[in-house]
Amino acid sequence: MSVLTKSAAKPKLSKEEKKRLFRKNIRRDKYLILMFLPVLIYYLIFSYLPMTGLVMAFQDFIPGKGLAGIYTGEWVGLKWFKQFFDSVFAWKLIRNTFLLSFYSLIFGFPIPILFAVCITQLKNKVIQRSAQVITYLPYFISTVVVVGMMTNFLSPSTGIINQIIMMCGGKAINFMSDPSWFRRLYVISGSWQTFGFNSIIFVAAIMGISPDLYEAMRIDGASKRQQVWYLELPMIKSTILLLLIMSLGNILSVGFEKVYLMYNTAVYETGDVISTYVYRQGIENKNYSYATAVGLFNSAVGFALVCISNWFSRKFSGSSIW
Amino acid sequence: MMKEKQPAFAEFRNEGIGDKIFDICVWILVAVAVCATLYPFLYVTSISFSDGMAVAKGEVMFLPKGWDLDAYKMVLQYQQIWVSYGNTFLYTIVGTIFNIVFTCLAAYPLSRRQFFMRKKMNFLLAFTMYFSGGLIPTYMVVTGLGFYNSRWAMIIPTLLSAYNVMICRSAMESIPEDLFENANLEGANDFYILCRIAVPLIKPTLAVLTLYYAVARYNDFFNAMLYLGKPELQPLQMFLRRILIISSSEIMQASGTTAAAAAAQSTLKIRYVCIVLSTVPILCICPFIQKYLVKGTMLGAVKE
Repeated sequence: MSVLTKSAAKPKLSKEEKKRLFRKNIRRDKYLILMFLPVLIYYLIFSYLPMTGLVMAFQDFIPGKGLAGIYTGEWVGLKWFKQFFDSVFAWKLIRNTFLLSFYSLIFGFPIPILFAVCITQLKNKVIQRSAQVITYLPYFISTVVVVGMMTNFLSPSTGIINQIIMMCGGKAINFMSDPSWFRRLYVISGSWQTFGFNSIIFVAAIMGISPDLYEAMRIDGASKRQQVWYLELPMIKSTILLLLIMSLGNILSVGFEKVYLMYNTAVYETGDVISTYVYRQGIENKNYSYATAVGLFNSAVGFALVCISNWFSRKFSGSSIW
Repeated sequence: MMKEKQPAFAEFRNEGIGDKIFDICVWILVAVAVCATLYPFLYVTSISFSDGMAVAKGEVMFLPKGWDLDAYKMVLQYQQIWVSYGNTFLYTIVGTIFNIVFTCLAAYPLSRRQFFMRKKMNFLLAFTMYFSGGLIPTYMVVTGLGFYNSRWAMIIPTLLSAYNVMICRSAMESIPEDLFENANLEGANDFYILCRIAVPLIKPTLAVLTLYYAVARYNDFFNAMLYLGKPELQPLQMFLRRILIISSSEIMQASGTTAAAAAAQSTLKIRYVCIVLSTVPILCICPFIQKYLVKGTMLGAVKE
């Protein structure tokens, strides 16, 4: 607010005065500028220079020219986008990307809330804290190790899951190369890894509720279930809503790493997503322009979704990310 | 809050039947969550210590059966694991130091209300969180700058995370403005203020950010895969991927033991030993940082 009123009160400056003000500002903030300069250079080179490289999506890039090649390719317009949407991959990739994060959201979003509600009910602080520490440990483990554990647990010959299935008289399932299992495994392992960490924010929100309110409900004879249902959940509603809307905005940005480590040619049908396709086309097959176009489509739609969800968030929960 | 002295079950006994069922459900759910989290680690650790025969027969389910450290010896004698361990520690330590220094350098000017480019630079940073050039242009830029097969490829391209800068900025904004103004009047320049006033005051936040950055560095697989082709430069995660997901035969071949001995140390055991060895360093630091973690996570969520 204060910034707004200040700028509104600022009188119109002539060019001369603006220049003088600018010079004065530079002199006053010279150390701040000096400090920020390396950061600015970093962002210009590693974030904004690649953004200008997106012109490759509309050109026919010729490899072997180094950085300059990005800007000197022949202009081909929307050729690569057409090629993508005409191919059999487009629909499959969009569907896989969307479904993978949609299922992750449906399944993975409520668990941290449920866990936070449960863990805040525990009266013993030591048990409460240890349960919290234990459950957020997996969050810090690398994707390589998580996928590695999963691959080995599910191995048809030596994996523990299949040993148990066979002990019970079932037939071994080759989980990792069965397309119908890919999404389930992705979602379950993702949830296993993040539920504890994601619950931290809900635990903090619940802890922030005044004990007086619980006391008042208790005196009125409310059961614990009612306290959760009519007090806790409404009190953390805005946190839930904000996080939910934000995750809806990220629905097209499936992490590359985990899918890349998990999938193999046998499960491309359900496992191949846009980012892995971009990697294969671009880095492995050297179709730089085509891969850039597919990537640009992905990030443009992703950006639009973030904007839309942010607008919704501001409208309905009053809070937003910008 | 309940008093500490009260016996644990006194409250439970006095509750109505509805609350009792509720409490039991809560306990069961928490227990399930804790067990589901711990079991994979327990299982992996047990296998890694167990006797090879027991593992092969599938007898190990919970605790180790027998005691056999040969698999550990075999893995630890393998040269490549030490090379990749060394690389990972180098990238993690140097990278995290760079991260923290640059995060402070970015956050401090952005937190100062007087900084005349503050709004523009804030936007410049925030925009990168929602839109990026994507994989291919970034790859072209990084390799175009000559970072391919260079250790710097693991340090420089991930110098800053805009999200972490925002967390650090909010922490610095919560410092009373008077402190800065007084220091300014005393003639202290901004570098001095940053090092002597701002940084000491936001130590808890910096602790969390250090954890986030260090874990990300330690676990970084993506950049290594993209930019490091030489095995002698590759970090632990690349090594793990080869062993865990592709094949673990290289360790057995390199150890030069007879075929029978190698078979006794099954593929599975070698893999699980690698998991234990690579995960222990990360798991060791987590409990220490717990008290800061909640605060750091909240900071990221609350705007301004």
